[in-house]
Amino acid sequence: MGVNPEDIWGHVVRTARSCGVDDVEAVITISNEALTRFANNAIHQNVAEQTTQLSVRPVIGKRTANASTNRLDRTGIRDVVEEAIAITRLTSPDPDLLPLADHELEDPTQYPEDRDFDETAEMTPDERARTVAEAIGEVESASQTAAGIYSTGKSGVVLFNSAGVSAWYQETMARFSITAMASDSSGWAKASACNHADLDPVGLARRAAGKATASRAPRELEPGRYTVILEPAAVLDLAGQMFMDFSATAIRDGRSFLNDRMGQKLFGENITIHDDVWHPGQAGAPFDGEGVPRKRLTLVDRGVVREIAYGRQAAALAGVEPTGHGFPLPNELGEAPMNIVIAGGDTSVEDMVASTERGILVTRLWYIREVDPYEKIFTGMTRDGTFLVEGGVVTAGLRNFRFNQSLIEMLSNVEALSPAVRASGEESFDLVAPAMKVRDFNFTEVTRF
Amino acid sequence: MKDLALRALDAVARRGVTYADARAIESREQEITTKNGKAGHVASNESVGIGIRVLVSGCWGFAATDELTSEGVEAAAQLALEIARASTAARKREVSLAPEEKYEATWVSPFSIDPFSVPVDQKLGVLLAVDAELRHTPGVNLAEASMNFERKRQVFASTLGSLIDQTRYLSGAGFTALCYKDGEIQKRSYPNSFGGQYQLKGYELVDELRLLENAPRMAEEAVALHSADQCPEGEFDLIVDSSQLGLQTHESIGHPIELDRVLGTEANYAGMSFLTLNHLDRLRYGSEIVNVVCDARLEHGPGLGTFAFDDEGVPAQGTDIIRNGRFVGYMTSRETAAEVGQSRSNGCMRADGWGRLPLIRMTNVSLKPGEQSLDEVMDVPHGIYMETNKSWSIDDKRYNFQFGCEIGWEMRNGKRVRMLKNPSYSGISTEFWNACTAIAGPEHWTLWGVPNCGKGQPEQVMGTGHGASPSRFRKIKVGSAYGG
Repeated sequence: MGVNPEDIWGHVVRTARSCGVDDVEAVITISNEALTRFANNAIHQNVAEQTTQLSVRPVIGKRTANASTNRLDRTGIRDVVEEAIAITRLTSPDPDLLPLADHELEDPTQYPEDRDFDETAEMTPDERARTVAEAIGEVESASQTAAGIYSTGKSGVVLFNSAGVSAWYQETMARFSITAMASDSSGWAKASACNHADLDPVGLARRAAGKATASRAPRELEPGRYTVILEPAAVLDLAGQMFMDFSATAIRDGRSFLNDRMGQKLFGENITIHDDVWHPGQAGAPFDGEGVPRKRLTLVDRGVVREIAYGRQAAALAGVEPTGHGFPLPNELGEAPMNIVIAGGDTSVEDMVASTERGILVTRLWYIREVDPYEKIFTGMTRDGTFLVEGGVVTAGLRNFRFNQSLIEMLSNVEALSPAVRASGEESFDLVAPAMKVRDFNFTEVTRF
Repeated sequence: MKDLALRALDAVARRGVTYADARAIESREQEITTKNGKAGHVASNESVGIGIRVLVSGCWGFAATDELTSEGVEAAAQLALEIARASTAARKREVSLAPEEKYEATWVSPFSIDPFSVPVDQKLGVLLAVDAELRHTPGVNLAEASMNFERKRQVFASTLGSLIDQTRYLSGAGFTALCYKDGEIQKRSYPNSFGGQYQLKGYELVDELRLLENAPRMAEEAVALHSADQCPEGEFDLIVDSSQLGLQTHESIGHPIELDRVLGTEANYAGMSFLTLNHLDRLRYGSEIVNVVCDARLEHGPGLGTFAFDDEGVPAQGTDIIRNGRFVGYMTSRETAAEVGQSRSNGCMRADGWGRLPLIRMTNVSLKPGEQSLDEVMDVPHGIYMETNKSWSIDDKRYNFQFGCEIGWEMRNGKRVRMLKNPSYSGISTEFWNACTAIAGPEHWTLWGVPNCGKGQPEQVMGTGHGASPSRFRKIKVGSAYGG
């Protein structure tokens, strides 16, 4: 990727030592991303960005701070090391600060799936444009208007510290998202994968167009409590909001809904959630912001909250082992699980619809914000494909709803789960999730479309 | 920086373009936080790079790099051209641009104290003093305080011949007291939630905010919320404080008037707008006393949307958006202005750094002050007053919104009679603004900074400005966030 991380690290160490500092950590992040964006059935924004960033964190006694730069010539590296040392010396001491991590990382060849694909990294603007043109054609053939993105790129992270940690990770990622718009309705579909060949942009376009067609002339339904069938993207949008609370630091701070609830059965018997960076539907580095290897966590076991994430400092304060979920230091949030796998079931979305006498099928959710941090009530809107289910079949499109829904209540009211898939949305990070059939979902208002 | 911008521009111009611009940017940021008596995130960041935008065969291409050698800039220039040519595979029309003049200018935003000249330990000292004051109140179990500073220099060069060197200084500071007790979390933030107040100023902003002086009141209110009654559900006359009304303006006026949303180019992510072109000069968007402007000029104030030129070389302007309640203007770019037949862009194209393409973004979208005193605004027989945003959500065409606030009070005959916890209100954008019955005067008007507005793919985070003074609205739906 055009830079030699070991050379950069060598220069960081030499500069730090020349300033009288032996304990130092450096994180080098490398990103090369391209995105082709389309709307009104044409490509209208088409971009590429390449950047490499060096972040340096000295530890001087009980003090630490961080400075970063993308100037990676010798002067830039020297400047950022000197800046990091200068602000570290001026910061106030933290009696709980630990020395640099010295964990040995597990062998990255143990990843179950290759996540670095040359053809995805090297995809050309022409290749993306041709794919986009095909997808637009699919939507146009339904007399609809397409908007969306096709992005491809490669990113990497390398972490060194003077206690001997040397952790490397790189992956490619492709994302395709499309909205199909008819005169009074819309449909949406999105997918992501480390290998662009695993995406089916034309199939996604067909799916989005089908939803726009099926939701034409939307009816307005009174707000209230309904049985809903949330497609995996909608589950991601909503369930993805709660995982920052599965954090020892969040609990210690009193900002987690898990305060005084650990070990309790909060959700239904059919809810089991892991954090698992090695899951084939997952992506991301197998080590945390200090280089600590990630452990597989059982966050929720058949409705009972079992485990939470511990960064090194939180673990030391609690007298347990770190789980490898810490954010880069210094930070005030501590840690969180970021490779969520929600266990699925064996009911297809079609079967969920067939078993529903009266309910609402939801494609995706939008603009979700927390209303109550302890009851985990969130508000937001449905979007791009909301349907009325009557007598076991989809009978009409619906105007979009606003919901105010407690996640605790929602995950206690799940009646059926589909097999889990890698889900991609806009309101949360990608995760592995099933579709869910949920009773008594709380819609409070209806909008105008 | 000028050499870099001109070198990049030359690299595309000599290969043949309809139009091109280059933005060379160097930025420096500093973030300092404290949490429960300790330093939290103490970090500085610098970034240097260039973004090159080209218009070739009627299509845009954009490439950005921080590899600033001759080879790196040439490669980015070549890539921008390749991307533009590739875009012709799905082209419906050729992009045309509203005309603009050539400008050569140097501009630095005004400040009294360079925030980077103030030592880190001095800043930490201020925050730790606030932190100690917050935790002095029994019941506060999480005290957090923060400061953020940014200096961004941008040299813009275009094939029109413009060469604009612009440097902006931004500062922000604030704090939060959080209480967890008996299965309930309550908090109070000052002077606003989500990091406090942000303006186009130097370190003097920190002194102006009087953080320490306001810490005890915020801590006491956070604790008192646990004993307060739940905000009732129903229709009430609603009084909204200045900071919450700034965010209300952002969401229910600022985003809908982005002409790119109206024309569909944000449909896949941020969404579209109910303000279709047929509404211009016709729609009743507010009551007679509602006047809203979009104004990037320094004379409007030191907002996060204040600058001398936008990121496609158009001078800062002030545009009427709502005049005496009637919708009269959009925010535009050179491309969208041409598309709807306007003679000139009103200068709202902004990018969040060298790596991103400029988009139509809010500058300072502000509700102009009214003529009432604060007492007159508060003078309702029975109503609810809400302060400081806690949650915000609006649909993708910007009709239906719901806001939660940190604290509320029941009002009777202009007096606060009891504190209310978990207040929220909701409605339809136009109906809400049409229900505006009183706006406090200029002495109560504050230009707030929203530092975290997201838009675009890849997403860009932008700072925007919103002036507002406390205002009153008739028969607004309250409390449905906890309803059902």
